[in-house]
Amino acid sequence: MADIQIRDVRKSYGKTPTLHGIDLVFASGEFVVILGPSGCGKSTLLRMIAGLEDITSGEIAIDGRVVNKLEPRERGCAMVFQNYALYPHMTVAGNIGYALRVAGVPKAERERRIAETAKIVGLQDYLDRRPAALSGGQRQRVAMARAIIREPKVFLFDEPLSNLDAKLRVSMRAEIRKLHQRLSATSVFVTHDQVEAMTLADRLVVMNRGHVEQVGRPLDIYHRPASTFVASFIGSPAMNLFRTRVEVETATVRLGEAMVDIDPVAAHVLRGRDIIVGIRPEQCKLAAPGEKGIPAIIEFVEELGTGRMVHCDIAGEAFAVAVPEEAEVAAGDRVTLTLPLQQLHFFDSESQKRIELSPVPLPAQPKPAAGLSTLIQPTGVHS
Amino acid sequence: MIQRTPWSNALTYTLMVLGFLVLIGPFIVIISGASQTMVQINAVPFNFVPQDQFLVNLKTAWTRANLGTAMLNSFAMAVIVTFGKVALSAMTAFAIVFFRTRLKHVFFWVVFITLMLPLEVRVVPTYSVAADLFQPFKLLIAALTGIEISVDWNLLNSYAGLTLPLVATATGTFLYRQFFLTLPDELAEAARMDGSGPVRFFFDILLPLSRTNMLALTTIMFVYGWNQYLWPLLMVTDPSYTTALMALRSLVPSDNGTPDWNVTLAGSLIIMAPPLLLVAVLQRWFVRGLVSTEK
Repeated sequence: MADIQIRDVRKSYGKTPTLHGIDLVFASGEFVVILGPSGCGKSTLLRMIAGLEDITSGEIAIDGRVVNKLEPRERGCAMVFQNYALYPHMTVAGNIGYALRVAGVPKAERERRIAETAKIVGLQDYLDRRPAALSGGQRQRVAMARAIIREPKVFLFDEPLSNLDAKLRVSMRAEIRKLHQRLSATSVFVTHDQVEAMTLADRLVVMNRGHVEQVGRPLDIYHRPASTFVASFIGSPAMNLFRTRVEVETATVRLGEAMVDIDPVAAHVLRGRDIIVGIRPEQCKLAAPGEKGIPAIIEFVEELGTGRMVHCDIAGEAFAVAVPEEAEVAAGDRVTLTLPLQQLHFFDSESQKRIELSPVPLPAQPKPAAGLSTLIQPTGVHS
Repeated sequence: MIQRTPWSNALTYTLMVLGFLVLIGPFIVIISGASQTMVQINAVPFNFVPQDQFLVNLKTAWTRANLGTAMLNSFAMAVIVTFGKVALSAMTAFAIVFFRTRLKHVFFWVVFITLMLPLEVRVVPTYSVAADLFQPFKLLIAALTGIEISVDWNLLNSYAGLTLPLVATATGTFLYRQFFLTLPDELAEAARMDGSGPVRFFFDILLPLSRTNMLALTTIMFVYGWNQYLWPLLMVTDPSYTTALMALRSLVPSDNGTPDWNVTLAGSLIIMAPPLLLVAVLQRWFVRGLVSTEK
């Protein structure tokens, strides 16, 4: 158990900066997920915590001790790699126990702990096998057992599930979460998969281009994205965003040919500004016959099982709307959409940052895994 | 594109049989010649059928050329060259691949350049250093300070002198380097996270993984060390350091001597036996190590 403090950490390779001053604090026992597209610096940050990468400037402290100059083995971290990085010539037992062998733990004690750890990840029957004779999921378990046996203060996961097939990924995700509940060591998990991030995280860090875009509980981030980047990165499909201008007299914004009502207070505050308005596909609705709204043409419909995702065209802008299963829609249909005005998000068109007016009412925070499966479709992998 | 027609099959088989005959021909000559008497071997035309004098000829060759000592010397030389080379190449490749230093490229090129300078090219300077180990330093000191130092230490007539110049070359380094480059970086990182330092990583992870590589290199280097002729010829003046190939020379009949080629052939058969045996035993790994697809 240890907290991690990251203070103004920067990293550059030669002259190219990849991390521009990261400040983060991870509480002891917390499960933190760092989410971002490829090349945003999330893995670099993780490897700097692990000690595999030099810190150009700034400080990283684990459990109150600055670790900048410490070797990886002295930091008390264990890491699970994306390609597992198992030692191919050693048996499963050899792989799991290698750290203990290096540390000079006597054989009897070592074997006892290997057996114990193997049981936690369900590998007790495979101890004599070589990694080549294991399936992807089993290899991943070996990699996790190898981390667990060291009883580290901090677990670091570097996209550990991205080499697994979709089904296995979901079950391993649940196992990692259970493992964390059992060991309750501080865990830092890097991924580019937003579903993984939402389901696993106690706290989510969204990164983009070497900057931290937003830190918060998954649902807070989902409901109050701090920037258009976060808004479009989290949620599948992405939040609908459109650039527009506020008409203060009518309290509306223009979207295509139609005018969308917004909150009069918001209209007053935002008057005359160029803004970006966003709304999640799940919060748009098809209008009942006769109801007024925004006319749109359906381009294509995706079946999701739990409902349908309708991709429309509004005066040249792509716009996604989630509709229930029973709604009868087909490509080419002309439909009318209504956008509930409380669910609109506003972003400054220049800085792309969120403009906080009347906060979108948050639902009571449910268990992440249960509550979100209906909100996010576990299909999209953004990278 | 591979085409299979009766004609192309016939052609390839003909070519292969011809190639096989060209390769196996000398062996047949040696084996049948080594089993004939002096009269039989000098008969024209040459008789390819083996006779019954094989063991007699082997014995004559063995005693006349003092092959006991010579084979032992050659064996010692080949083994030292093999082990030295396998160990040294593994370590240099380890340093070149896994350590990040500013001078990495300098080291790499220094090693690489030795590839272009095999022993045969630099035989004279190498000999002069082996004959007087401190010569380069003496020259340097004399040039800088004008002081002449007379320390004498040479490697002539010693196993060190026979083997060291053959060990310090780059061939094996590149075989290892190519193999090490195929290993994922995460392997080294995982070992670091597990608390293993570079030396431990080298012995626990890299060496076991490069087993096939090592066996391939062992095969090549043993044959290479065994077949050395030029260098021992220069280095050795003391008969007790004579190597097998040098001894073979003493079996070749002189211009006006007895033309007992049967003994010469028997001697060469003895001398080629050890590398042949080794290749036969290690051939499987030899191929695998060079192809290196096994994971």
